[in-house]
Amino acid sequence: MTYKKLSLLTMIACFFFIGLHLTHAPKQAEAFSPQVIQHGASGDDVIELQARLQYLGFYNGNIDGVFGWGTYWGLRNFQYEFGMKVDGLAGPETKEKLVSASEYDEAYVKEQIRQGRDFTHYGGTDNQAQSSGSSPQSGGGGGESADQQTTTTAVNVPQGFSQNDIQLMANAVYGEARGEPYEGQVAVAAVILNRVESSTFPNTVSGVIFEPRAFTAVADGQIWLTPNEQAKQAVMDAINGWDPSGNALYYFNPETATSDWIWSRPQIKRIGKHVFCK
Amino acid sequence: MIRWILIAVLAAGVAGTAAWGYQEHQEKNAILIQAENTYQRAFHDLSYDMDLLHDEIGTALAMNSESRLSPQLVDIWRLTSEALSNVGHLPLGLLPFNKTEEFLSNIGDFTYRAAVRNLQDDPLSEEETAQLKELYKQSGEIKNELRQVQHTAMENNLRWMDVQLALATQDEQSDNTIINGFQTVEKTVDGFSEGNVDSTVPGQSSEEHQFQFLTGKKISEDEAAEIGMELFNVENEENLTITESGDGADIPLYSVSYRNGEKNAYMDMAVKGGHPLTLLVNREVGEQEISLNEGLKQAEDYLATFDFENMTLFQSNQYDNIGVYSFLYNDDGVRIYSDAIEVKVALDNGDILGLAARNYFMNHKDRDNPEPEISEEEAKEMVNQDVEIQEEFLAVIDNDLGEEVLTYEFLGVLNNDTYRIFINAMDGTEEKVERLDGKEINYAAGF
Repeated sequence: MTYKKLSLLTMIACFFFIGLHLTHAPKQAEAFSPQVIQHGASGDDVIELQARLQYLGFYNGNIDGVFGWGTYWGLRNFQYEFGMKVDGLAGPETKEKLVSASEYDEAYVKEQIRQGRDFTHYGGTDNQAQSSGSSPQSGGGGGESADQQTTTTAVNVPQGFSQNDIQLMANAVYGEARGEPYEGQVAVAAVILNRVESSTFPNTVSGVIFEPRAFTAVADGQIWLTPNEQAKQAVMDAINGWDPSGNALYYFNPETATSDWIWSRPQIKRIGKHVFCK
Repeated sequence: MIRWILIAVLAAGVAGTAAWGYQEHQEKNAILIQAENTYQRAFHDLSYDMDLLHDEIGTALAMNSESRLSPQLVDIWRLTSEALSNVGHLPLGLLPFNKTEEFLSNIGDFTYRAAVRNLQDDPLSEEETAQLKELYKQSGEIKNELRQVQHTAMENNLRWMDVQLALATQDEQSDNTIINGFQTVEKTVDGFSEGNVDSTVPGQSSEEHQFQFLTGKKISEDEAAEIGMELFNVENEENLTITESGDGADIPLYSVSYRNGEKNAYMDMAVKGGHPLTLLVNREVGEQEISLNEGLKQAEDYLATFDFENMTLFQSNQYDNIGVYSFLYNDDGVRIYSDAIEVKVALDNGDILGLAARNYFMNHKDRDNPEPEISEEEAKEMVNQDVEIQEEFLAVIDNDLGEEVLTYEFLGVLNNDTYRIFINAMDGTEEKVERLDGKEINYAAGF
């Protein structure tokens, strides 16, 4: 009886193993998804693109999964050297040429990225020699979250902004306008940016936000509530050029506003509870 | 009798003390928050200054003409003094942070000395350029460390008041992230041997041209509602609200908003002609199904449905599952930077999530672009010889004085950094140099 059970288990285990093997093998042989990769894209395809370009010596930056300028020039030089149309787009022909000319050690690259190591992927060099071995930053726990879908170690940020600036603005927007409609949140973020550009206000995002008596959420500490995704999205929209406030520098809630002065400003429009003005 | 009076007096006294205590407590809290805010501002400003400093030094490296370099160096000098004053605002008194301050004042000294001398007669020597390069690298490292501290501080909601307390009581516990972070920064600097926000689209008009190209006749609210329903792609008029703008608006607008639980949309429309200036659709965006490139097709098709002609892609960016595309007006092969339009596409099904055409309508006009007076080759001579030029365009940008000028635009590479350089096509002046970045280490990647 137990013998039977054991053999059954072994068989199941065997099948499992084979099954794993089968599903795993074709995935590694397959290269790139069918998408045309262009400047600004991010994800697995970009990681592969960067790794393959680096293998051939066209790309010297970090393999971080974000198609930035370095990748762009690498790709263009590759297209030039291989006699293709130089357009900086990784289309079917370019990808085919890349795949046949280079090798891509996906397991190695992904492993390095997961571990957060400094590494390179040049052709003709032993992998071991190309990895820094230890993780450069020991800070932050729970590094082994392998279930994370995006393995990119960089992210796109709008020119001139850091993720931290965006986070700080999201905090302010959430504290000031969390009950407001989405466009009202974008408008509040836009007001912060309009103030940064205005000559009568401080020239930095943090300067504008922490200016004394400028925002009630800062004065009463509500700015330190954890912002949701929507507030962050609103900030991104404002940075990328959306301004539903109509170029406003001030806004107020007419139900709670106590200052007469604010009523004297030329009003532009009302979104949700806020009146936006010049 | 006396007893009762005594009780009453005492009760009143207790109540009064309680009220007074509560008020004091409130006041103390308000002051604590205010002090905290001052620290926070100094801290965030400091990280921003370091970021900008790194950027500006990098830009200085790619500059060629001495007449541009001097103001650039002055700017760096100004930034170091600002950063230093921000360090001074932080309660770091008991923390050894002097190496970093020294580093900052070194940059300041170096740039000040170089800026005040006549660079025309006495340009930067090779040694000085090498030194600048070294400073560029070092400031980059400090910037990254500081940004990392900033990220952790914000992620964990750390308070500077706590830092101050921890420092003041000289506690042995050493898991205060801010203190540790600053110590790392300090260590980074120790390892060295002795030794603005631009808008996302550069050269964009700060001076506002007056909506010259906004044509058509005035439309009514009903017509606005119709256009709104068409653009939002909805049929239910009941969920639509329309308001007209007040006196403060630059031009009269209709604001159309649509609410329907899952999908909310908002649009600003010019009363004159009913042109959409801003459009935003807010909904959950699912898993990415289409590529950034396919999204571009959607954006281009969308632009074609309006009267926007000759728009060429300027840049594209993917933020999670959303593609943002920026287009510039192409005037017979000349890119007009101030006539910009942004389009936002959901990469789950290719829906348009937004359109920002305010800049376009504000600045667009019939331009009579002059012929360049110097050749492209001559313009290239004006670019720093170390910059490897990869792409070139003709472009109209707004210079520092806010005037539109015709320029040769060069995209070039110097030490793995990409720069955008504008050379005046009339007299060869170096109008603008910019270091292009647009990506950053993912602090939240979790390693």
